[in-house]
Formats: sequence, C-alpha cells, structure tokens
Amino acid sequence: MLGYIFKRLMLAIPVLLGVSILVFAIIRFIPGDPARAIAGVHATPQHIEQVRREMLLDEGLHVQYYVYMSNLLQGDLGRSTFSRRPVVTELRERFPNTVILSLAAMFVATVVGMSAGIISATKRYSIFDYSSMVGALVGVAAPVFWLGIMFQLLFAVRLGWLPSGQMGTFKHLILPSLTLGLATAALIARITRSSMLDVLRQDYITTARSKGLAERVVTYKHALKNALIPVVTVMGLQFGTLLGGAVLVETVFSWPGIGRLMVESILRRDYPVVQGAVLLLAVTFVMINLLVDVIYAFLDPRISYGSKEAE
Amino acid sequence: MSEPVSTCRREELKRDTEFRQVLMHLRRNRGAMVGLIVLAVFLICAVFAPLLAPYDPTDSNLGRALEKPSAEHILGTDELGRDSFSRILFGSRISLAIGLISVSIGLVVGVPLGALSGFYGGKFDLFMQRLIDILIAFPGILLAIVVVTILGVGVENVMIAVGVASIPIYTRLVRGSVLSVKEEGYVAAARALGIGNTRIIIRHILPNCLGPIIVQSTFQIATAILWAAGLGFLGLGAQPPNPEWGAMLSKGREYIRVAHHLTTYPGLAILLMVLGFNLVGDGLRDALDPKFRKSR
Repeated sequence: MLGYIFKRLMLAIPVLLGVSILVFAIIRFIPGDPARAIAGVHATPQHIEQVRREMLLDEGLHVQYYVYMSNLLQGDLGRSTFSRRPVVTELRERFPNTVILSLAAMFVATVVGMSAGIISATKRYSIFDYSSMVGALVGVAAPVFWLGIMFQLLFAVRLGWLPSGQMGTFKHLILPSLTLGLATAALIARITRSSMLDVLRQDYITTARSKGLAERVVTYKHALKNALIPVVTVMGLQFGTLLGGAVLVETVFSWPGIGRLMVESILRRDYPVVQGAVLLLAVTFVMINLLVDVIYAFLDPRISYGSKEAE
Repeated sequence: MSEPVSTCRREELKRDTEFRQVLMHLRRNRGAMVGLIVLAVFLICAVFAPLLAPYDPTDSNLGRALEKPSAEHILGTDELGRDSFSRILFGSRISLAIGLISVSIGLVVGVPLGALSGFYGGKFDLFMQRLIDILIAFPGILLAIVVVTILGVGVENVMIAVGVASIPIYTRLVRGSVLSVKEEGYVAAARALGIGNTRIIIRHILPNCLGPIIVQSTFQIATAILWAAGLGFLGLGAQPPNPEWGAMLSKGREYIRVAHHLTTYPGLAILLMVLGFNLVGDGLRDALDPKFRKSR
C-alpha cells in the first residue's frame, strides 16, 4: 500500500511540472510584449524595462523558466500589477475562502445526493424516485451561475431570509454552497441510485435477506458499503468541477475566493495574479485526485498496489 | 492491394444492422425523444431566427426599457428596450454554433491524437499520455479560461478555448477504444493482408470506435454550451451587443430587483438546450450499449 502511494506521488511530479510550464507559458503566449503585459496597462517605459530585466525576458526561455521555478519554489510568485502586493499574499488571503466554499458544497452534494440516490433505489419507480431523478437531470443541466441568481432572487430579494452575497456569518455560506453543490448532488444521486440497484441485485444481498435480516440492515449494512465505491470516485472527480464552478459561484455571490480573484485579475490584465491563481487551482486539483486514488485503493481491495500483490 | 470483399461487406452489413437497432432503441426511449424534440425546436429557432423574431435583436428603444412581459413583448424588454424574446431566439444561434464548432475542434484534434496514441503505443503514446495528464490537471472551464486569457475575449476565441479544453477528453476516450479494438481479429486479418496502418486506422478501427465518440460528443456539446455561457457570464465571452445567453444573464443581473425576466429566461434557455443534449446523450448511450439493450 505504501509503495502504491509512493508510486502515485511520483506520477504526480511530472504532471505538476507540466502544469508549471503551462502556467509559465501563459504570459509568453499573449500577443505582444510580455513585459508590458506584466507591468500593466499604465506602466511607464522605465517600469516596463525594469520588468524585462527582472524577468530576464531577453534571455532564453530555459533560463526564464529556471528563474521562474526557483522563485516559485521559494514562494515568490511576483507582485500584483493592480494592488502592488505579493501574489502569494493575495492567494493566501483568498484560498481558505474557496476551500470553505468547496467543502461546504461537497457536504451539501454528498448529503443531498446520497440520500436521494439511496431512497430512489430502495423505493424504485415510486413518485420520489421519478421526481428526484427528474430533479437530478435538471440539476446537471442548469447553469450554476443562473441557479445562484435564482436563489438570490427567491431567498434574498423576495423572502429576505438569507443574505444575497459577500462573506460573513454562517448564513452567508448557505446560498453559495447550495448553488455550487446542487449539480454535484444531482450527479451523486444518479450514480448512488444505479450503483445501489446493481448491488441490491447481487447474490449476497439475497442471502442476507433470506437469513431474515431486516431490510434496513440489508440496505445500510450490506449494500451501501459496496455501492459507495463508484460514488467516492465520482465525488473525487467532481471536486474539479466544483473548483471550476467556484469561479462562477464566487462571482455571483461576491465571495472573496480564488476564483473571483482570478476573474477580476483577467479583466484587469493583472497577469501575475492570474498565473498564481491558475497554478494554485490546478495544483489543488492534482492533489485531490491523488487523495481520491489513495482512498479508492483503501476502499476497494481488488485494486492491485504493485506487481507482487497483483500476482 | 485490394481488400477481401467479403470481410468488408460483412463489416458494412454488421454496421448497418447495428445502426437500425440503435435507431429502434432510441425511438423507444421516451427521454431521448423529448430531448430530440427540444433540440429540434432550438434548431428551428436558430435557423429561422430572422423570420421568427418579432423585432431586430439589436434595435434599442430607451422609452420602453425594462418592460415586463406583455402581449407586445412576450418576454419583456432589456435595459436598452430591446425585445428579450428576439434576443433569446438569436442567442440560440450563438450557443448552438459554439457547441458544435468547439466540439468539432475537439474531435478534429483529439480523435487523431488518441487513435495514433492507442494504435502505435510506445514512446509517442507515453508522451501523449503525460501531456493529457497535464491538460486534465485543469478543471475543464479553468482550461477554457486560461485559453481565453491568452487569446482575448470574443465568440470565436470562446469556441477555440472550449474546443481546446475538450481535446484531452477525446484523446483519452479514443485511445481507450482503439486499444481494445486493435486486438480484434479483423484488424489482425487486415494487417496480415498487408494493408497500411493509416488505412487500418481509418477504415477498420475508427468506425468501430464511433459509438463512444458519438455519445461523448453529445454530452460534450452540452458541456461546451455551459462553459461558453459561463465565460459569457464572466465577461470573457461574447461581447455586447451580441445576444449571447451568458452575457445577457450577466447584464440582466444588474436589474434583478426590477426586471427578473432578464435573468430568468436566458437561463431557462440554456437549461433546456443543455437538457436536450443530455437526454439525447443518455438515450444514445443506452442504445449503443449492447448490455443495456439485452437487459431491457
């Protein structure tokens, strides 16, 4: 098992290097002078020249990348051209907010999705089953930013129950996490339902039932655990969608997270911050996938951890 | 060298029968039929928008700004007094075009790369797989945002960005399909007859990978429409006065308290179009999966 985790970690290194190259390249691919792009729209010629020297833009790309990586490994991602503050400081302030929002959304998705999926599977073809599956179809198709605006309209503008945006108390977290979590909940509900139905057809479930076990024990103790394996995989993969969706939801609810910072920075042409935000989101995604793989290996003993075990 | 006629004919006959079976199963699937009707309506709206729209989508009339839905303007007017219904009708053109063109970009680049990667294996495959790993390290919409950051805003750039973001999905999917198909007997037979690799890939392997590609493309169009609307909403997509649904929604948000129809209806349009593609995709997946067909 440890060997598997080590191997999986090793595989993540080239991916992370690749991500760093792509993020490094963003600024070099933009048409025009990268120094002008980094210095900002209103920069003086002297400032542009200073940026060019600092970033070694007259040197070869390999030298520039080496310097970029050395700085990156020391936690130096440059300075924002808008606020003039270090990019790392900006990211450090915003990142926890995105984590809070994503975790809350994942909580909503798991609770809503798994409950709906389990009830649908155990009460197949009931009204609940039909309505929750139709709800799931709509939930996957609804644009997350529109859903957010509709929630704002209903719960903040019309009913006045919840705040329409910003960050503050627990109440501020409800609408954004509900918005972000519902699409994932829809997907989790569909997967849980089909996975539960598959498991409930297995022989060992028939055996458990014929032993006279209560249906509740059969469902929750025998079926659910095995039915959860594909659900966990989907949850892991969905984290990426959540991070992507967070960019939109944070904009709708003025939530001060990385996604909103990234969009604001793109519109302001504050490229160092854009680079930092993209890098942080991608690295987070890679790390989550790594974690999911490891959890998946723990849950499903059929996965081989290496050649020895596979034999 | 000519290919053995009987083998080719048999393959064609098999494909023809499968095609009929798929159509039959699709016709029996209620969800897929609903999806097809929804898409047909949107297609008609997109093609005949100039005939169906009661007003010019860019004609403004400040005297009638932010009017609620009425007999004259069935979905109301926007902040410049433009007819919302006409704008939504024309918007279906943009969304469908973005969906179809971006998926075509993904297909044109992703399918050959996946096919070559799966067929030849070796160092090229290894290199491609690592490259795809890197691209997949970015959540889809984030990759599209990165590409738009580089190219700049605008409808054409959104198509390219969303297309680029879907390349890794196709490459991985086709590679997987090719890996299993290339072990089939007819591929070995074609190879034994001395048929060139390019011809084997195009005539024998890719046609047998079509099922998953078609299903994925249907879902991918839906995803592309959502991503493009998201970019439009963030101000990184189509620019005014283009009646793009995401951008319309973003602008309408400013007037949510006085004219919520400006956000409600463009959002519903996106939802319905995406739902249509998803329902058809679900139906196609079920119809193309022999296991599912038997169990029904």
